[in-house]
Amino acid sequence: MAEVLVLVDHANGTVRKTTSELLTIARRLGEPSAVFVGDEFDAAKETLAKFGAEKVYRVENADVTDYLVAPQAELLAQLVEKTSAAAVLIPSNSAGKEIAARLAIKTDSGLITDAVDVQAGDGGGVATTQSVFAGSFSVKSTVTKGTPIVTVKPNSATPEEAAGAAADEAFEPTISEGAKGAKVTESKPKEATGRPELTEAAIVVSGGRGTGGDFSPVETFADSLGAAVGASRAAVDAGWYPHTSQVGQTGKQVSPQLYVACGISGAIQHRAGMQTSKTIIAINKDEEAPIFELVDFGVVGDLFKVLPQATEAVNASKG
Amino acid sequence: MNIVVCVKYVPDAQSDRTFNESDNTTDRVGVDGLLSELDEYAVEEALKLVEAGEGEVTVVTVGPDQAADALKKALQMGADKAVHVKDDAIHGSDAVATSLVLAEAIKKIGSPDLVITGMASTDGTMSVVPAMLAERLGLPQVTFASELSIDGSTVTIRRDGDAASETIVATLPALVSVTDQINEPRFPSFKGIMAAKKKPVEEWALADLGVDASQVGLEAAWSKVESFTKRPPREQGQIVTDDGDGGTKLAEFLYAQKFV
Ligand SMILES: Cc1cc2nc3c(=O)[nH]c(=O)nc-3n(C[C@H](O)[C@H](O)[C@H](O)COP(=O)(O)OP(=O)(O)OC[C@H]3O[C@@H](n4cnc5c(N)ncnc54)[C@H](O)[C@@H]3O)c2cc1C
Ligand SMILES: Nc1ncnc2c1ncn2[C@@H]1O[C@H](COP(=O)(O)O)[C@@H](O)[C@H]1O
Repeated sequence: MAEVLVLVDHANGTVRKTTSELLTIARRLGEPSAVFVGDEFDAAKETLAKFGAEKVYRVENADVTDYLVAPQAELLAQLVEKTSAAAVLIPSNSAGKEIAARLAIKTDSGLITDAVDVQAGDGGGVATTQSVFAGSFSVKSTVTKGTPIVTVKPNSATPEEAAGAAADEAFEPTISEGAKGAKVTESKPKEATGRPELTEAAIVVSGGRGTGGDFSPVETFADSLGAAVGASRAAVDAGWYPHTSQVGQTGKQVSPQLYVACGISGAIQHRAGMQTSKTIIAINKDEEAPIFELVDFGVVGDLFKVLPQATEAVNASKG
Repeated sequence: MNIVVCVKYVPDAQSDRTFNESDNTTDRVGVDGLLSELDEYAVEEALKLVEAGEGEVTVVTVGPDQAADALKKALQMGADKAVHVKDDAIHGSDAVATSLVLAEAIKKIGSPDLVITGMASTDGTMSVVPAMLAERLGLPQVTFASELSIDGSTVTIRRDGDAASETIVATLPALVSVTDQINEPRFPSFKGIMAAKKKPVEEWALADLGVDASQVGLEAAWSKVESFTKRPPREQGQIVTDDGDGGTKLAEFLYAQKFV
């Protein structure tokens, strides 16, 4: 069976859930081979094997780890050639999309970004589903040239375990001087919040201008549900919450099981980031707020009264 | 410092966007369009850099006749000249082909010190054209800049990543994409609007760029849209007005839906 390359997303060897999802998808298309960049492979091996990686191409080259996306595209292009891969799956985050874009040009291959589903195509190849125009259309596509390169959004598959050998194969790519033109010179890690990551969370609770800058009822409610916390741009622009938590067109696109909008009006740019959520709840003082057009359940009321009461009831029901 | 800014003409997000039934491409003709809001940040950043030093800002678009509106807006904001690449053969091009045409246009404009793009187009929101352009032009790419500064032969940006806030340095010439955090785009002044009328707008066809029609358009696309379906509009659910028990009702809903 042909190999399907999966670029592993990990933090110091801890493999992210998106990678288990990609390995699960890869098994529909061929034999999963993970591509691991970094020197913490030992920490990652178990997870990669558990979700069915038969091989792991391990890249420890410092040129790759130091210089952003261009070297990763180069090494993947070299692996595509070496393995005659049937497809390449990459997580749909900003770096992933850029690596995929460069790889598509290098290998003369079709690219699909932000897939929400990937299946084997009828006559081989891949059949993908994307959600476009702020989730108002669902589009099915196929790749018609080269090696299909697909970036896949988080939560696009339920990770299924399947034992793989995760056979370790060191790979030494050739990195061109040109790929070293941009370098990270300083990196200030974000403070850990202890909450789930926004784009991967099953539940997201977001606050907007209606919080007046006080996110504590939003956070306490989120914690009662084990949810991630998001924010509207108005809240971010006011400096109440970090930009990395912004949901919407120019923030994160989230698609959780449950999205709770607190003190958010529901502007089109905000909707663009959340309207594919399975269930939507809103709390807003203004019964005319457009967000109510989307909701499965809405409370017209003051978030400072409604949220604490709901938090208490949720905590009580957990006993 | 010579800067080229890539600007895109997009359907207005406030209006209903759709596809052409005949060939599954984005309908860019039947709906009102405008300069992609996110590209205004790119134009503004270029203007600020040139105003602080010297040089020229050239804006370039690949798009249908109406895309001239996007160029006009950029010229009114203060860009010095504009290039409009249009050719019937371009209709239906995907990002791969668009990046090819843009890359050839940028080469013909001359070798800019900096190419600036928006973070994503408001219609496609693929955010892949910048990386493809960088690949084709052989430039280092620094994307999603929320701060930018130039120092001699390098450009330094700050980027707000999920895990960390990063400082990234690239040697010029380079390609940078900017976010909506980087600046506050100016409104065209009356003077700017008048001045824009006299600014040069060049129109190039594929032949002017040495690009063959077979390399672009729907037929050349490397991926194919097989079908599209409009998601049924969400049906409005239950709305309650808080009479002192809104939170309790909310919790009951969560319980009934098995979220707790
Ligand atoms: C290029 C561009 C990109 C953008 N990208 C994004 C994006 O990615 N994400 C995004 O969110 N926005 C984005 N926006 C901004 C967007 O247009 C809106 O301005 C923004 O979403 C509004 O945020 P909000 O709903 O919090 O504030 P508002 O629209 O001011 O709404 C606040 C709401 O809170 C309610 N409220 C007030 N007090 C209370 C209370 N005590 N209890 C309950 N409800 C209360 C009010 O009734 C109101 O409905 C973008 C705009 C542009 C131009
Ligand atoms: N047809 C086009 N003409 C000019 N610039 C474009 C075009 N398409 C994309 N761009 C540029 O590439 C950026 C990202 O676009 P996209 O990859 O489509 O999300 C935009 O913000 C523009 O700066």
